[in-house]
Amino acid sequence: MLPGDPSQAISLQRRIRDGDLVIVYERHDNMKAVKVNEGGVLQNRFGVFKHSDWIGKPFGSKVFSHKKGFIYLLAPTPELWTLVLSHRTQILYLADISFVIMYMEIVPGCVVLECGTGSGSLTTSLARAVAPSGHVYTFDFHEQRAAYAREDFELTQLSSLVTVGVADIQGDGFPAKFLGTADSVFLDLPQPWLAIPSAGKMLKPDGILCSFSPCIEQVQHSCETLKSKFTDIRTFEVLLRTYEVKEARTEASCGDDGGFLRPLPCKRRPQSAGDHDADEVSSDSAVVVAKPAAEARGHTGYLTFARHQCL
Amino acid sequence: MHFVKWRRVTWEGCSVLLDINDGDRLVFARLSPASTLKIGKKNCSLKPLIGCPFGSLFKVENGKDGLFLLRIFHTEESNNIEEEEDGISEDVSKDNREIVDNNTAQRLTDQDIHAMQRQGATGDEIVEALITHSATFEKKTSFSQAKYRLRKQKKYAPKVLLRRPFARSICEAYFKKYPSRIGFLRLDALSLLLTMANVTAYSDILVVDMVGGLLTGAVAERLGGTGYVCNAYSGATPYPMDIARIFNFSNEICERIVRCCLTDLCPVLNGTCELVNQSKDACNSKTEQKEKLSSCESVSMEQDIVAEDGVPEVIAEKAAPLALKPSKSAKAGEGASDNLINLWKERGFSSLLIAAPELDAWSILQKLLPLLSYSAPFAIYHQYLQPLATCMHHLQIEKLAVGLQISEPWLREYQVLPSRTHPCMQMSAFGGYILSGTRTCTYDAHSH
Repeated sequence: MLPGDPSQAISLQRRIRDGDLVIVYERHDNMKAVKVNEGGVLQNRFGVFKHSDWIGKPFGSKVFSHKKGFIYLLAPTPELWTLVLSHRTQILYLADISFVIMYMEIVPGCVVLECGTGSGSLTTSLARAVAPSGHVYTFDFHEQRAAYAREDFELTQLSSLVTVGVADIQGDGFPAKFLGTADSVFLDLPQPWLAIPSAGKMLKPDGILCSFSPCIEQVQHSCETLKSKFTDIRTFEVLLRTYEVKEARTEASCGDDGGFLRPLPCKRRPQSAGDHDADEVSSDSAVVVAKPAAEARGHTGYLTFARHQCL
Repeated sequence: MHFVKWRRVTWEGCSVLLDINDGDRLVFARLSPASTLKIGKKNCSLKPLIGCPFGSLFKVENGKDGLFLLRIFHTEESNNIEEEEDGISEDVSKDNREIVDNNTAQRLTDQDIHAMQRQGATGDEIVEALITHSATFEKKTSFSQAKYRLRKQKKYAPKVLLRRPFARSICEAYFKKYPSRIGFLRLDALSLLLTMANVTAYSDILVVDMVGGLLTGAVAERLGGTGYVCNAYSGATPYPMDIARIFNFSNEICERIVRCCLTDLCPVLNGTCELVNQSKDACNSKTEQKEKLSSCESVSMEQDIVAEDGVPEVIAEKAAPLALKPSKSAKAGEGASDNLINLWKERGFSSLLIAAPELDAWSILQKLLPLLSYSAPFAIYHQYLQPLATCMHHLQIEKLAVGLQISEPWLREYQVLPSRTHPCMQMSAFGGYILSGTRTCTYDAHSH
């Protein structure tokens, strides 16, 4: 997924090969991760797609099924991965992920501790941010979940950047070997305040902690605990509003009532050369209009950030 | 392989962000024995900051030779807070019915305070004296007592926090102080741009940065001395990127920031790209002519930018507290070599980022899209919705990209205090719009 190896990175020459991970794009809300396999087929409502037809095509290509249905084959990125990964838990999405990485000042070379791993949505983006020389140590107390996450990081080729550990961080704290080594610590736990003292010990001076909690009571409690060893305690909520874009036609009517907006498709009436002039006068013009999508995620969680006190 | 190490302690010549009184004032400075910070009407030497870890806190003290900065070592402050919280339940019954605002509550006069300062009283002593001489302090609730104390502390015993200039702190500081210089690019919008464009080590990122170099710097920070950020400009003059110099970039990182003129990058002139040829009419012919007339001298241009690039806001910055003297370190933003340009033409860029409030999104995107690898993501920031909507529509109609989305970020900060948690009273109501998507492969004859 990451371009560390130039022969793997996307380019104008890079072609899809046997064994590549591709994101099959049907629509913006319907995607799937597929590992390309010479003899494999993909079956969906658009028909049967043979993997062998994909090999040798550039990423980003449109490919067809036996009944001329089509899909796009995209190169995987952490953003696409977040949309296709299997949800073993509630996951973090784009807006929170990007804000967390920016606010925790995660740059190449950083050592990041994360708890819990969950479905590995944030972990994938953390790995991208610390690459090529940093490392993400992520922990989950659920053995099976940790095992699935490891499999995913194999598939996305992030295993060299991510280590998944099984541990009850909330109960036992982070392993002592990480004392004073972490540039940042991310907590997504039901009772983050229990893990905060340990997180503080793992952080380098001036290192940043982030706690993600859906409920304000959790935030309240965490902030109380943070006060003793942390400074710059700030809590945010981040959301995204998406927009729908359409082409509409304005009918410039002859009267004074102004134009009407009509959605496309708009069938043009057949016209003879004779009424060409008349048509010019009341000519319809197309405009592109945008409005916010009617439904959106209204809440994901509160993000509380704090800096480990510099003694 | 050598990897960049981020230093955690300041050094002479290092660029820092000074946060005065919890964000009331933000000042970028470069540390040297001679550099100073203006506090009130007096100057205060920044020399004591050299060699201190980022995150250190200082207080401004009155000395014989004027003001000086003294490092505070933590824990006392945090204990104070705890005590205050304990007192809360006791004074729920207190309120402000007996407090009359008649300007007689404070018995200490300005002259008294000046006299104390001359006698060498510390800021904290003055704050305590003000409290003792306030007739109403005892009647206040503990909340308003704390507020009073804080207000006086800020005035008589200001605190200076030493911050590492990172994309985050630089963006926040500019957004607060000079938002127009960064095209009103809010922190959450900047972070979305970097994420949506999949910015990561070993990538070659094409950037159109008309936000003062903030975007270029933020990308370079994420590349960590690998790959390249190619800052492209149309016309003869590169866009200013002074903000990129506030980051403490090592030479390895600076070398990875290059500039390139669009005419050198775009296949328009040698006619290899059908897409751009089709839309050549749409190009701004004026710009094209300008481009043809003058060659791109991005290297020699460097020094002139501040002086005469025609963007008044950036010139103003020279006098403003945010200004930094050019550092002696390797210059970021050298012209891209022919080798690099050819490599990019052959392989394509890994992604594209545009933050150009003055350019039309579609006009610029149709020039740059062919330079991207197939399946490469792109993200365009704009303050206005319409140019992005139009651009998105073109991309849809011409089937040049998938996963197209216009997003508007929303960010709200909270005050979190025992029994007093609520969203902050003031918030930024607008963070701009971002159009993002992934380039599709429009090239059918791949079997050749």
